[in-house]
Amino acid sequence: MTDDTPTLQVENLETHFFTKDGVAKAVDGVSFSVGRGEIMGLVGESGSGKSVTGFSILGLVDPPGKVVGGKVLFQGTDLLSLDDEGLRRLRGNRIAMIFQDPMMTLNPVLRVDTQMIETVRAHDPSVSVDEARARSRDALGQVGIPSPDERLRAYPHQFSGGMRQRVAIAIALLNKPDLIIADEPTTALDVTIQGQILYEAQKLCRDTGTALIWITHDLAVIAGLADKISVMYAGRIVEQGALDEVLDHPAHPYTRGLLGSVPGHNTRGKRLYQIPGMTPSLLKLPKGCAFKDRCPHADQACEDAPEITRPVEGRALRCVHPQVDLAGVAS
Amino acid sequence: MSTILELDGVTKNFVKRLDAAAKLARRLGADVKEEVVHAVDGVSLKIAAGEVVGLVGESGCGKSTLGRMVAGIMEPTAGDIRYKDRIVSAMEKQAGRETALAIQMIFQDPFASLNPRMRVQDIIGEAPILHGVTSRADAADYVAQVMERVGLDPEYRKRYPHQFSGGQRQRIGIARALAVKPEFLVCDEAIAALDVSIQAQVINLFMDLREDLDLTYLFISHDLSVVEHISDRVVIMYLGRIVEIASTEDIFDSANHPYTQALLNEVPRLDVRGFDYQPIAGEIPSPLDPPPGCHFHPRCPHATARCREERPQLREIAPGRVSACHLNDG
Repeated sequence: MTDDTPTLQVENLETHFFTKDGVAKAVDGVSFSVGRGEIMGLVGESGSGKSVTGFSILGLVDPPGKVVGGKVLFQGTDLLSLDDEGLRRLRGNRIAMIFQDPMMTLNPVLRVDTQMIETVRAHDPSVSVDEARARSRDALGQVGIPSPDERLRAYPHQFSGGMRQRVAIAIALLNKPDLIIADEPTTALDVTIQGQILYEAQKLCRDTGTALIWITHDLAVIAGLADKISVMYAGRIVEQGALDEVLDHPAHPYTRGLLGSVPGHNTRGKRLYQIPGMTPSLLKLPKGCAFKDRCPHADQACEDAPEITRPVEGRALRCVHPQVDLAGVAS
Repeated sequence: MSTILELDGVTKNFVKRLDAAAKLARRLGADVKEEVVHAVDGVSLKIAAGEVVGLVGESGCGKSTLGRMVAGIMEPTAGDIRYKDRIVSAMEKQAGRETALAIQMIFQDPFASLNPRMRVQDIIGEAPILHGVTSRADAADYVAQVMERVGLDPEYRKRYPHQFSGGQRQRIGIARALAVKPEFLVCDEAIAALDVSIQAQVINLFMDLREDLDLTYLFISHDLSVVEHISDRVVIMYLGRIVEIASTEDIFDSANHPYTQALLNEVPRLDVRGFDYQPIAGEIPSPLDPPPGCHFHPRCPHATARCREERPQLREIAPGRVSACHLNDG
């Protein structure tokens, strides 16, 4: 493996859910890559397939869902070809996941130290219990938990919500993973706690070269955190590129709609742009471009599903009516 | 503008009663006390007719409890709530009922606030029929009219809540509140559970309703961007107390209280890239055992000995602007 191999490269990932009402293509041909120390924001609304993308990478999709195609290359190894044991070795070790609800990670009937020591020793039995405890204490300190020695002996219910999420993050950091997938980890938290966690995430990626995929619906969080961004709609990536490029020159009507509907400083007292209609059901997607029924620019050309185009280096777009002349912007 | 709602020293305490074991222990001489949470601690506030007031704070600051007392769902432990210059708790039956109708509440979770076994037409139509806003004969037309007002297709009036998406359910909740012709809406995190694009639709709906129906809003939210967008004035609460009240512009352009400043500093914004987060130290203290003096002093970078002992009072620091901080004394 050379240095410029991305930490994670996802190619044409397809995850389908086989329900009794038909096949829902929750992830439909998603591709992206994340390099060492890079932070990618994966943005979308409920049902866009952003969380399922994260679960698919880790092999956590349960029936009736199934990964039916594509490649997930982690440091060159295709995760989809690994058996359960191979995946288990990687999960919690080289790849970690942080969930929206920290109680997905934490066991309510075990003390925090038991859980943390187990995490260390499951992947490296040669580490002594004392050493694992010391590492756990350091990890708690790293995420800003005061008096970590005492807190190690506590149970999850003795922590506040923000603290619990920090414990879950500390567990994710324990084995210094090369990749972290974070699924809406701050959505349920207060702004000041969110600030603390974003701060830790940023520091981690800078200091240790961990690659991070931050899944969220909150564009403002991504703006402050990520290096690049992928926008998903109805199971597909509709726009992708460097953060500033996409936020400053959004080309897809959906991205533009999302950005326009974020309230804040510049919208005070004005009407927000609103995308008409709502997200279509994956079982009843319109033919052609999935966004066309809500799109102000849709016409005959949108009846055929648009292919991914790469108008400029590092930018991907799935739209036949880009709203910005990207080549013009680049030059 | 005339004051429509006035809170005067409103306080709400929740007491955790002792169980049998604790009572026995106390009888045997153990030092057990009833635990008291000062959820809302002496809040005074005036809201003018037609105003949108944003109420901001973190979990546990008492903003929802305050909203519930305003909406009449909870009674204050102490203090007075005046609606149109009359103390709500002292009103006779008829006036009390009119006030209860005039102040309606919209809740956060559109999945929990609608009865799953009632059809939409009954959810929206029940209260106006009961209170004589419309007659049973005209109810169908009336419900259709209210549904159209909030952007719901009256065709769907025979459906149940589970047949709607989250955004549509929130519209049903709004329609239910509007059906009794309220003057004042308390929105408790009313858009927090919605997707970004749906959020924008509902925010715009609130703005339209305000214009068309001359509504007054108490808009409770932890999302500062939404509050900045929608409010005329902003109230910041911390651990049961108001720490600052000012116009939206003053709050967001030149916050006075250190807590407000710290809070604003943490708000992610679209136009701020590669932000260096500098977290506020520490956690929100437990409301069971709030710190003495200024509640914010353990996390405040400017705290002095006085802040640890003396509770700062809300004082006017500029016309129409109050803040509770000892630093303003120079």
